[in-house]
Amino acid sequence: MKKAEIDKMAASSGQQRTLWEETWRRFKKNKLAMAGLAFILLLVVIAVATIVIDVVTNKSVYNNYVIKQDLRGRLEPPSLAHPFGKDEFGRDMLFRMLWAIRYSLFMGTVAIAISCVVGGTLGAIAGYYGGKVDNVIMRFMDILLAIPSMLLAIAIVAALGTSITNVLIAIAISYVPTFARTVRAPILTIKDQEFVEAGKAVGASDLRIIFRYIIPNSMAPIIVQATLGVAGAILSIAGLSFLGLGIQPPTPEWGAMLSNARTYIRDSWHITVIPGLGIMLTILALNVIGDGLRDALDPKLKN
Amino acid sequence: MYKYVVKRLLMLIPVLLGVTFIVFFILNLSPGDPAAMILGDQASAEALEMKREELGLNDPLLVRYGRYIWDMLHGDLGTSYKNNISVWSQVMERFPNTAILAVAGILVALLIGIPTGIISAKKQYSLVDNCSMILALIGVAMPNFWFGLLVVIIFALKLGWLPSQGMGEGFIPLLKSLVLPALTLGTGSAAMITRMTRSSMLEVIRQDYIDTARAKGVSEKNITYRHMLRNAMIPIVTAVGLQFGTLLGGAMLTETVFSWPGLGRLMVESIKSKDIPMVLGSVIFLAIMFTVVNLIVDLIYAFIDPRIKSQYKKGGR
Repeated sequence: MKKAEIDKMAASSGQQRTLWEETWRRFKKNKLAMAGLAFILLLVVIAVATIVIDVVTNKSVYNNYVIKQDLRGRLEPPSLAHPFGKDEFGRDMLFRMLWAIRYSLFMGTVAIAISCVVGGTLGAIAGYYGGKVDNVIMRFMDILLAIPSMLLAIAIVAALGTSITNVLIAIAISYVPTFARTVRAPILTIKDQEFVEAGKAVGASDLRIIFRYIIPNSMAPIIVQATLGVAGAILSIAGLSFLGLGIQPPTPEWGAMLSNARTYIRDSWHITVIPGLGIMLTILALNVIGDGLRDALDPKLKN
Repeated sequence: MYKYVVKRLLMLIPVLLGVTFIVFFILNLSPGDPAAMILGDQASAEALEMKREELGLNDPLLVRYGRYIWDMLHGDLGTSYKNNISVWSQVMERFPNTAILAVAGILVALLIGIPTGIISAKKQYSLVDNCSMILALIGVAMPNFWFGLLVVIIFALKLGWLPSQGMGEGFIPLLKSLVLPALTLGTGSAAMITRMTRSSMLEVIRQDYIDTARAKGVSEKNITYRHMLRNAMIPIVTAVGLQFGTLLGGAMLTETVFSWPGLGRLMVESIKSKDIPMVLGSVIFLAIMFTVVNLIVDLIYAFIDPRIKSQYKKGGR
C-alpha cells in the first residue's frame, strides 16, 4: 500500500468529512448553541471592526472616545445619547465596552491556542511513546494540575510582571496540563488501530503518524475542551485584571473596568453592571457552544 | 483501609515537593535584587553583597530550595522584605480567615447545589428543572467577583442589610459579614454542583435496581436517598473536590471585593509591593492546602464506595 492510500484509510476510519457534516447537522438543531455561536460571531465582527477603525483613523477614535477623559460627564447614567452611560472619567461606556471585546476574545483565544499546541504536543508524545516518557511528562502535568490554575497564573504574573504578553504566558501555562490530558487519552486507544500499524509497516515516521493519523482522529475532545478553555481563559484574564495584575488601565478591559468601578460602587451602579454583563454573556455563549459541540460530536453522552 | 491511607499519604510527598519547587522556581524568576529592596537605593555595593550573602542568595537554586523546605518544616517561611515581620506568623494569622470563607463557600455550594440537582433530576424537563438549569448556566458563566459587586450594591448599599467590607468581630457580626462573601464564593460552585448532581442522578435513575426497589415497595424517599443518591455520589464528590481549587482561586477575588483579611488578599497586596517572600509563603501555603484537600476527597471516596476499598484490599494483600 502507498502512503496516500493509508492517509485515506486513516481519514475514513473517523469518517472525517461525513463526521463533520453530521456534527454540524446536529449542532444546527441546538437553538441555544446556535444563539451562542451567533453572539460570538457578532463579537468577532465588532472586535475586527474596532481594529480596522484604529488602523484607518490612526487611533484617533480610540484616543478621543475610548481613552480621553471628560470630567464634566462623570458617572452619567445611561441615556438615549449614551445608552451605556459614562464611566468615572466621563468616557462613553459603549465605546469602552466595544473596544474591550478584542482583549478578552483574542487574548483568550491566543492563550488557549498556545496551551493547545504545547499541551497537545506533550500529551501526544506521552500517549504515543508510553513508558518512561509518558510517566515523566504526565507526573509533571499532575504536579502542575495540583496548583489551582488561577494561583499558578498569579504566581507567574507576580514573577514576570504585568504586561499583556506575561498575562498570555501565565494563562497559557496554567491550561497546558488540561490539554496534555485531553490529547493523551484518545491517543492511547487510537495508536493500536490498524491504520496506525499500516502506517508503521510502510515506514512512516513517528511525526507523520502523530500528525497525519492520530491527531485528526482525536480532534473531537480537543475542540470541545478548547471552546470551554477559551471561556475559562477569558474569566482568568478578567480576574487577573480585576486584581490589578492583568491588563492595566486606561486600556479598556472588562476586568480592569470592574476594578475601577469598585472604587465608585457607592456612586453609581451602571459602571459595575455593564462590564460584568459583557463577560457573563461571552462566557455563557462559549459554554453553550462547547456543550452543543460535545453533544453533537458524541450523541451518546447526551442525556 | 489503613494501608490505603498510608499509601496515599506517602504519595503526597513527591507531589508536595513538586508543587513547592515549581512555585519556588517561578517566583525566583522575578527581576529585582532583594538585597537592594531591603537596604534601599543608597546602599553601597559591599553592603549589598554582604546582604546577599546573608540571605543566601548567592547559592544555587536547588540549595536555596532545600533550605527553604527545611526551614518551612521548622515553621519558618523567611521574613518579609517590606516590614521585617515573619512570613509564617502573617500566613498563620491570615489562613484561618481564608479557611472560614472557603468552608462557608463550600457549604453554600453544597446546600444549594445538591438539593437543586436532585429535584431537577427527579423532575426532568419540568418547569423547575428548566429554570434551575438556566440559572446554573448563568451561575457558571458569571465572574464571581462581579456577582460579589452586585450583591454589595443590592444587599449592602441599597437595602443596608449586611456589611459590605471587612470581617466582623464576635460571633454574630462575623456571621453577618460572612454572608455576602460566602454567597459570592459559593454561587459559581453551586451551579457546577447542581449540573453534576443532576446528570449523575439521571444516570442512576433508570437503572434496573431502582425498579427492583420500587417493586419491593421501598418508599420513594428511601429510593431517592439510599439507592439513587448514594450511587450518584462519586462524581459529585469529585466535582466538589475540584470546585475547592476553583474556590481557592476565587477566594483571592472574593477577598479583594470584600476586603476580607485572608491569605489571598495578603498575596495580592504582597505582589503589588513586590514582597516576594510573602508571596512565596502564601502561594505555597494555598497550594499545599489544595493538595491536602484533594487527598481528603480521595479518601472520602473509599468511605462512600465500598468497591474502591475492596479493590484495594485484594491488591494490597
